[in-house]
Amino acid sequence: MGASAAGLAAAETLRREGYAGKLTLIGEELAAPYDRPPLSKQILASQWESDRLLLRTEIELAALDLDLRLGVAATGLDLAGRTVALADGTRVPYDGLIIATGVRPRRLPGQGAHVMRTVDDALALRKRLGPGRRLVVVGAGFLGAESAAVARGLGCDVVLLEPAPVPLAHAVGTRVGQVFAEVHREHGVDLRTGVAVSAVTDSGVRLADGTLVEADEVLVAVGSIPNTEWLEDSGLTVADGLVCDEFSAAAPDVYAAGDVARWHNPRFGETMRVEHRTNAAEQGMAAARNLLHPGEGKPFDPLPYFWSDQYDMKIQAYGYLRGHDSVEIVDGALADRRFVAAYRKAGRLVGVLAVGMPPKAIRAWRVALTKEER
Amino acid sequence: MSMRIELDEPKCVAAGQCVVVAPDVFDQRDEDGVAIVLDAEPGPEQEDAAREAAAVCPAAAIKLVER
Repeated sequence: MGASAAGLAAAETLRREGYAGKLTLIGEELAAPYDRPPLSKQILASQWESDRLLLRTEIELAALDLDLRLGVAATGLDLAGRTVALADGTRVPYDGLIIATGVRPRRLPGQGAHVMRTVDDALALRKRLGPGRRLVVVGAGFLGAESAAVARGLGCDVVLLEPAPVPLAHAVGTRVGQVFAEVHREHGVDLRTGVAVSAVTDSGVRLADGTLVEADEVLVAVGSIPNTEWLEDSGLTVADGLVCDEFSAAAPDVYAAGDVARWHNPRFGETMRVEHRTNAAEQGMAAARNLLHPGEGKPFDPLPYFWSDQYDMKIQAYGYLRGHDSVEIVDGALADRRFVAAYRKAGRLVGVLAVGMPPKAIRAWRVALTKEER
Repeated sequence: MSMRIELDEPKCVAAGQCVVVAPDVFDQRDEDGVAIVLDAEPGPEQEDAAREAAAVCPAAAIKLVER
């Protein structure tokens, strides 16, 4: 259930591992499986057209011998009866189920704001951007920051509003977050921190203190909500994501993968939900293998990885930075915008973040992370 | 059956996941981290690793032509 990166990876893995039975891949969006990270990068910048996003060709999809049902959402799950109910009124029976229904953008009160999740979202915003257009971006997380950077490149006047004092501080720490803030300001983004937005209006956004910030377009990038409503009466545990064990299993023969899955990652001894592109593919593969070989299930214990492109800055991070209690610059220098930052929690290395460093400098830290004792 | 690896270089995001999974088949350029195919027609002993690399590539930039 779910026909994006995680669902596709699961389907392909099932076939690669020899499953020859009936395989149904169901997705809410009408588009064939496509890649999302370029939406706030090459697509928004008009460097690519949307056909470059397709994860597989028609021929490759056909080779998987799928019952591919696109444009139909799930509405319910009957665990005992082993059926998924769909919005078109049909019911799909299953012996094994992989849930990869993803997330949707959190919104703000008021109409007319853009979000950035689907290819249609990205195309709708990019049509409205251009020199002199005024864009307000609400939320200076990675998605908002990338979109702001692209919009500046297109000549827009960009206001970036962030409730925290330093963007991304909860994830990357204050000092690294300040570097990102400086880069945006140097590129002419009007970054305002410590600012809460209460609503989207016809002429921009209204702040919590009543001030109006005028804009031609508003992009709301304030996080996302797991698509789990259809599971509410299923008996499965939902708590900011579908709760799974270390095998990505939510129930016997029911697994979850990708943005929607909250699972126990034994590498960190923590329950996490990871909205990274790499995790979607890796967890889709792991869920498929564990579903196919339940007796010899392998815990899903990945080292999370993500990247972000902002201006000429490439940010890469390994590990689970959230909840760190110390940050140390272990290579390069923040002032040069070329550095490796190491994140520790209770003395243990839990993540590294690199900007502008050669692959070999990053790889040594990746290896160190994988060798860290649990 | 033999395998040929095609890299869509402009799509590569320099994650280096392919190098981790299949170090004998892929490397990365020092200057920008973009992937390099070391062995475009890997032997049978490398094919599983190459398939895994294509599957984990976060940019879907690795294509395998199996014939």
